Amino acid sequence: MGAQLRIYRRRIRSVKSTKKITRAMELISASRIVKAQQRVAASTPYANELTRAVSAVATFSNTNHPLTTESESPKRAAVLIITADRGMAGAYSTNAIKEAEGLIVTLKERGLQVLTYVVGRKAVNYYKFRNRAVKNSWTGFSDKPTYANAKEISAELIAAFLKDAAVDVEGVDELHIVFTEFKSMITQIALNKRMLPLEVVEADGPAPAGLLPMYEFEPNAGEVLNALLPRYIESRVYNALLQSAASEHAARRRAMKSATDNADELIKSLTRLANAARQAEITQEISEIVGGADALASANAGSE
Amino acid sequence: MSDNVLTVEFVTPEARIFSGKAKMVSARTLEGDLGILPDHAPLLGVLVDGKVVIKNVEGGEEEFQVSGGFLSVANNRVSILGEASAL
Repeated sequence: MGAQLRIYRRRIRSVKSTKKITRAMELISASRIVKAQQRVAASTPYANELTRAVSAVATFSNTNHPLTTESESPKRAAVLIITADRGMAGAYSTNAIKEAEGLIVTLKERGLQVLTYVVGRKAVNYYKFRNRAVKNSWTGFSDKPTYANAKEISAELIAAFLKDAAVDVEGVDELHIVFTEFKSMITQIALNKRMLPLEVVEADGPAPAGLLPMYEFEPNAGEVLNALLPRYIESRVYNALLQSAASEHAARRRAMKSATDNADELIKSLTRLANAARQAEITQEISEIVGGADALASANAGSE
Repeated sequence: MSDNVLTVEFVTPEARIFSGKAKMVSARTLEGDLGILPDHAPLLGVLVDGKVVIKNVEGGEEEFQVSGGFLSVANNRVSILGEASAL
């Protein structure tokens, strides 16, 4: 076998084994998207009930809560960026980081100092490589977040929000979150949302039919609100984590699908080249034999 | 006792624990144990760690452990939002 042919065969083998890996990753991601979607669905009833309760308290009491009060002169804002722990997911993490960078620029234009909180090793590395300060980071659960993770993150963010930004350098007046919304299997959009101070409750679920009943509060409206609002934030953060996880798997599936397709393409063209090389070898051999035979024949003819 | 029954939903962030009809729900709020029968006035309460007991229409009882959460009652619809729970 000629050297040329051997090189082609070797490259085909290597591309084939890469293809097997990307194909396996594609299938794994595909099955994980379904699981991630189920988790989003499982958290929806809780989120809906919580939203109902919050809007009920908000409607029937005019209690002012620190978490809903807008600062008159905001000084600092916190940005929570949710990305992936692992790569191989196409532009998933890059898109989220780009969205965050855009948001940070707008915040800075408003004269705010920005503190970044990041989730996922990809964002951690991005900021470390550029030597930019990160207030805090959480890693290791981007593909399967639990409620405990959301609780941990929100606890820190709420604590920072409750500090007075005017006197405390750790205090923030606003909290924004950047995550990737899972629209469908093919569309995921990185977007930013303002979490704190809380705005008018967004109706995620079905709008409550008609008027809300006159609730009695136990022990009182203020206490209920005190207990409800942090839970509400937690559930929003949890939802953002879950959606991002689903998006991550979808992005990875897509990236691995195109890698597999490209490998197929590559194998096809390499096989063609290998065939041509083999054919060329055979042709050369034949012409060598024919040439040799001719030379022998003419040499014999000369001697007779 | 009225003919009405309660529609109970017991949910946590990670799953729906219980969903169905019940005759009575009892839980512990910040102010003490609370029993809810059909036609209860609309109420929103903060739960503390403790037991939640749901008496279903067949007469059986289901008991859940809850750590923190809320309880809301309106129009014979009871929703319990627990943070973590076990049987």
